[in-house]
Amino acid sequence: MELHDVWFVLIAVLWTGYFFLEGFDFGVGILTKLLARDRTEKRVLINTIGPVWDGNEVWLLTAGGATFAAFPEWYATLFSGFYLPLLIILVTLIVRGVAFEYRAKRPEEHWQRNWETAIFWTSLIPAFLWGVAFGNIVRGVKIDRNFEYVGNFWDLLNVYSILGGLVTLTLFTFHGAVFVGLKTVGDIRERSRKLALQVGLATAVLALVFLIWTQIDSGDGASLGALIVAVLALVGALAMVNAGREGWAFILSGLTIIAAVAMLFLSLFPDVMPSSLNADWSLTVTNASSSQYTLKIMTWCAVIATPIVLLYQSWTYWVFRKRIGTHHIAVDASH
Amino acid sequence: MELALAPETMARWQFGIITVYHFFFVPLTISLAALVAGLQTAWVRTEKQKYLRATKFWGKLFLINIAMGVVTGIVQEFQFGMNWSAYSRFVGDIFGAPLAFEALLAFFFESTFIGLWIFGWDKLPKKLHLACIWMVSIGTMLSAYFILAANSWMQHPVGYRINKAKGRAELTDFWHVLTQNTALAQVFHTLTAAFLTGGAFMVGIAAIHLARKRHVAVMKTSLRLGLVTVVIAGLLTAISGDTLGKVMFKQQPMKMAAAEALWDGQDSAPFSIFAYGDVSKGHNSVELSIPGILSFLANDDFNSYVPGINDTNKAEQEKYGPGDYRPIIPVTFWAFRWMIGFGMASFVIGIVGLWLTRKKFMLPQHLRVGEDEAPHLVLFKNKALGPKLSKWGWRIAIWTLAFPLIANSWGWIFTEMGRQPWVVYGVLQTRYGVSPTVSQGEVITSLTVYSLLYAILAVIEVKLLAKYVKAGPPELTEADLNPPTRIGGDSGDADKPMAFSY
Repeated sequence: MELHDVWFVLIAVLWTGYFFLEGFDFGVGILTKLLARDRTEKRVLINTIGPVWDGNEVWLLTAGGATFAAFPEWYATLFSGFYLPLLIILVTLIVRGVAFEYRAKRPEEHWQRNWETAIFWTSLIPAFLWGVAFGNIVRGVKIDRNFEYVGNFWDLLNVYSILGGLVTLTLFTFHGAVFVGLKTVGDIRERSRKLALQVGLATAVLALVFLIWTQIDSGDGASLGALIVAVLALVGALAMVNAGREGWAFILSGLTIIAAVAMLFLSLFPDVMPSSLNADWSLTVTNASSSQYTLKIMTWCAVIATPIVLLYQSWTYWVFRKRIGTHHIAVDASH
Repeated sequence: MELALAPETMARWQFGIITVYHFFFVPLTISLAALVAGLQTAWVRTEKQKYLRATKFWGKLFLINIAMGVVTGIVQEFQFGMNWSAYSRFVGDIFGAPLAFEALLAFFFESTFIGLWIFGWDKLPKKLHLACIWMVSIGTMLSAYFILAANSWMQHPVGYRINKAKGRAELTDFWHVLTQNTALAQVFHTLTAAFLTGGAFMVGIAAIHLARKRHVAVMKTSLRLGLVTVVIAGLLTAISGDTLGKVMFKQQPMKMAAAEALWDGQDSAPFSIFAYGDVSKGHNSVELSIPGILSFLANDDFNSYVPGINDTNKAEQEKYGPGDYRPIIPVTFWAFRWMIGFGMASFVIGIVGLWLTRKKFMLPQHLRVGEDEAPHLVLFKNKALGPKLSKWGWRIAIWTLAFPLIANSWGWIFTEMGRQPWVVYGVLQTRYGVSPTVSQGEVITSLTVYSLLYAILAVIEVKLLAKYVKAGPPELTEADLNPPTRIGGDSGDADKPMAFSY
């Protein structure tokens, strides 16, 4: 395995970490509209991810930075090519971060309601758009001989990528609902289970179609394996939700995400961004990567730092391990 | 009109706007994290309540601020690829690494421990909770270091070679990139300026309350901490600025000639404090200049020779081929002065403030005040300033909170505009760095969207800051004074409301 292959795997790991973690906190954001019955319940939901959402989002920044360092051509083509969708994602992430931090900082109801609305939309939109983006990456886009994206915004909206968007949207909502089951007490915990079942079933249907389509289009043996794991994990997660085994349900909904992302990356490899115009113009792990020297330094950094990051992030989850219920929310809403 | 709307111009405007905006929050975040950590340390060590109240008060303002810093930072990570894809392809092998290091080593640190600090008051034992804010502080500085090392490479590329076959620059010595004198000087200058900013922020806000004799105990401590920070950081900013200037005179003579609008090289080159006229035409109608100073800034020698804009332009033409290698002179000229002027103004105000509010030194008994009394402003030995002068004293102290913020912005505008037409000095020109496939419409869209969004957020942020400034330091609760002894919170507290919730 050469270093650029290692970095392909590491970038896949970073995106997987991002979708696993921000996946449930996107889901929780969406559930503030779908699940919460009143303002206090909304706050219960928001507080399940309060201490961790920011750390979760760093996985995205790291994926971005690592792509820049390890595959500059990929970074350049992807982000200049997907300019407008990425702009929308960035705007939603900006508003979303501010919404979490500022919502409780004033007691006025209209202030809090506006930020709550913002939390819902800014969780829903990127949850959908990331799927669209990855759908396009896997499917291939119009890349010319200079590695430049020559399609337009509308080319990015096709049946396959929109289906991909719906998969991430429902999958993250499902993952979020399972997370809420694990992190709350009281009535909302029971209701999250019912909702998780419904959303999970919808996810299963959409994901099955999307993943099989991917497999037929660009899959190989390894991606088929990942597909099977993803499907089994999703079915398992649903069964565990049904049985009320919340911990297992969360592990399995997480595994679904891990396997699904793995499948996408496996069907990409050795391309990182296939060209739909000419296979010779595709960006691959070899022609898009940095020099050996840079990759070597980056590998050292990743090998040393990643376990430490995982350690202290897990510790955070352990510190905030207690379930939250409506009785934990202080009445005076302003901080 | 055509030129104004060239994709490169639009992309540069966008980069400038979102980066200067981002950099309002960055220095405040860096310095306030450390200052809040210092206050919290004082609380843990002395158990004096005023320190905890100060921690909570400044901590709140810090959080309102860091939220904006974090979200506006997201764009930074992606905009190189979005608007500067040709640049990214060319330098990614070098420039990407410090960015990835920053994310992996600093961002994770910052954002994980900030969550622990915000929500950890009733979940973590006192000392562990304190450690979290120190971790945040270390994270902010690490982050500054890596991104400045990256920027320094654009100012003065080292440790690389050009791979002609691949048409890109490649890293050959990462350690050199991280430790070259440009990077060290920039880090030194930026961090000291950050503390000048945070110190002035504290001084200004403490002055708001002290002028009205409110929240005296907490605000007096804050004023003192702010003033001391301003004076120390101000001095170090001047020293580090001088160091960086000397480095720049060697590495980018054009930038420094442009800083002075020195057209032709000369011995004993002057520094003009003020110039009026058309600096872009190379002469000033009114000018107040001190001979020899520029020579001194460049070479530690009042009589030394400093090359001018025309000489340097010619030298660069010989080296890099025909073209115009001059930045926009009026911008660099004035940006340089506003940077120094505003930065040093707050430094001077800090020194004067420290003297005016001195506790005991050369202060007669009747002008010394107790713990809960606002200080008199005493200029001469035996007499406090009259009500009118005092009012002005406090007013200027309040204004000073904006000065370093202005100075920082002009500092960045100076250093980035002064490097033009290069994006990587001597290696790649800015116009060749822009994304070739991003259309004018797309850039106009994003520029408009960011500008509107940032303007709205600025209003929201400033109003929120004003609200919490006005509210003053919070009263302490039972829970504040009885932090948990176990990680995750004491078992008896399981059903209590959270000390902090969103």
